[in-house]
Amino acid sequence: MIRFHEVSAQYPRAPREALSGVSLHAPAGALTAVVGPNGSGKSTLVRVLLRRLLPRRGRVEIDARPLDTFDNRELARRVAVVPQRESAVFSLPVREYVALGRYPHEGPWRAETRTDLALVEQAMADAGVTELATRDILALSGGEWQRARIARALAQGGDALVLDEPTTFLDVGHEMGMFELLASLARAGRAVLVISHQLNLIARFADTMVLLHEGQVVAAGPPQAVMQATTLEHVYHWPLVVTRDPAVGAPSLVPLRGHRHSSGRSPVNTSESSS
Amino acid sequence: MRTALWVGGLVVLLALCALAVALGPVALSLREVRDALVGVGDPNAIAIVRAIRLPRLTLALIVGAALGMAGAALQGSLRNALAEPYLLGVSGGAAVGAVLAFGAGVRDASAIPIFACLGGGAAVGAVLLIARAAGGRADARVLIMAGVIMGAFANAVIMVVLANAPPNTVRGAVWWMMGSVADAGWAQIRWLAAYVLVGAIALLLLARQIDVLALGEEPAAALGLDVDRSARRIYLASSLLAAATVAAAGLIGFVGLMVPHIVRAFGVRRHRAIVAGAALVGAALLVAADLVARTAMPPAELPLGAVTALLGVPFFLLRIRKLA
Repeated sequence: MIRFHEVSAQYPRAPREALSGVSLHAPAGALTAVVGPNGSGKSTLVRVLLRRLLPRRGRVEIDARPLDTFDNRELARRVAVVPQRESAVFSLPVREYVALGRYPHEGPWRAETRTDLALVEQAMADAGVTELATRDILALSGGEWQRARIARALAQGGDALVLDEPTTFLDVGHEMGMFELLASLARAGRAVLVISHQLNLIARFADTMVLLHEGQVVAAGPPQAVMQATTLEHVYHWPLVVTRDPAVGAPSLVPLRGHRHSSGRSPVNTSESSS
Repeated sequence: MRTALWVGGLVVLLALCALAVALGPVALSLREVRDALVGVGDPNAIAIVRAIRLPRLTLALIVGAALGMAGAALQGSLRNALAEPYLLGVSGGAAVGAVLAFGAGVRDASAIPIFACLGGGAAVGAVLLIARAAGGRADARVLIMAGVIMGAFANAVIMVVLANAPPNTVRGAVWWMMGSVADAGWAQIRWLAAYVLVGAIALLLLARQIDVLALGEEPAAALGLDVDRSARRIYLASSLLAAATVAAAGLIGFVGLMVPHIVRAFGVRRHRAIVAGAALVGAALLVAADLVARTAMPPAELPLGAVTALLGVPFFLLRIRKLA
């Protein structure tokens, strides 16, 4: 569905590339997760996908069609993106906000149709915000706001959903609710690409994990393959161990007490420090 | 509910219009106004209504509507409840154009608006150039900063010009900078109406894009909006409205700032309705303000810009907690 092929991108006046030869594939019907430390290039992937930043090399394809052959609205009808940061400044009922997801389908003279309204209701139901329909978006809690944003993306109607850190500021219950929602959307046939820092949740929910470090893919594959202590220690510059969660069986990362160490050096305070 | 709001607004506007034509140094009854409009009765009343009060009322309606729409579009698209044409350098530029013309000895009243429009256009161009140089795109914060800088620069230019100007130039320039819809003529109203109609249609067509832009740059881009192009178009259409009104009536502050707040306070949320509502409320507000300016301290006439500011300051003091 969404495919990055050897993509390199650089911000204007930046000393180095934000992405260097990144390849990844987010197929339909699967939850694909991109993880990596701050500044590893995760959000840049979203910017390239939204064409806010043009790649210097490589290509991005949506269903095997080059990204640059889409016009903006057409792309928004195929791929719905929930960016990392969004702060509302004006009052708006949640239903009106979700209805903005239909914008790529509207024309200057085309009012919303019955179909649009039905899709908006469906999107609110799927994201669990139906009971918030008349609430002001400025009065929502963090969890409600994130779900309203996902409802807006669902109302766009495409078959791919891209989310940049959808669980920031969410408590455990809302975090789990969010990942269950994303997993169910993937099971229903969408391509779901999520960027997240929640490695342990990703390890439980994602079909494929892509680990970015300094703009490059350092590991990709099923969570068991990517969640390797040596790789993660190197990337996150922190001593840690990876265990198998006894309750759910997924690989689980446990950061250890210690201090930040430089890249490539053995960690302190772990059983591996002498090797 | 929605329809009731619109009807109520129109009724208030019509009532204000009737008052504006009836009241003044020579007070007329509504019957006399009606007679004068159809051209019967006292010839003096006919002259007052048709040659003085009606053009003045029409000018106030158009200027108020234009300022309201420009303010609504700019606040929405720049995501800033304090944005208005006067904050974005357009009016400052128009004022510089007019004052430079005064300073150069231009006395023809119909020529001044042309210079004001040139000045406003130059300021818009400069703001867009600054924004492009600063970040290559129409970032809302950059636009606002560039506009504020442009406004400060315009003030300085005006002060320098006036420092060396003869007294009657200063008086003319100052009167113009305080804003007025007096001395309105139908010729002037016709060209202003043409500009305002173009700007108004453009903003109503761009209104859904304002809804999307109000979410912020990245979410708007995610919804398939060409953010830079859209922001630039909205800014240009609003600037056209602002420059044309400044050219016709001088600097009238606070209308563009206040009116969108009033419209949103009635629960209007979509920008097509906000822009249309701002035209209605802006027109009503300016007619009311001009009525106050004409009748509060007879025989003196208060500067219109001062009246709108005197209304605007308490309005914002009352709303300051909500804005903060």
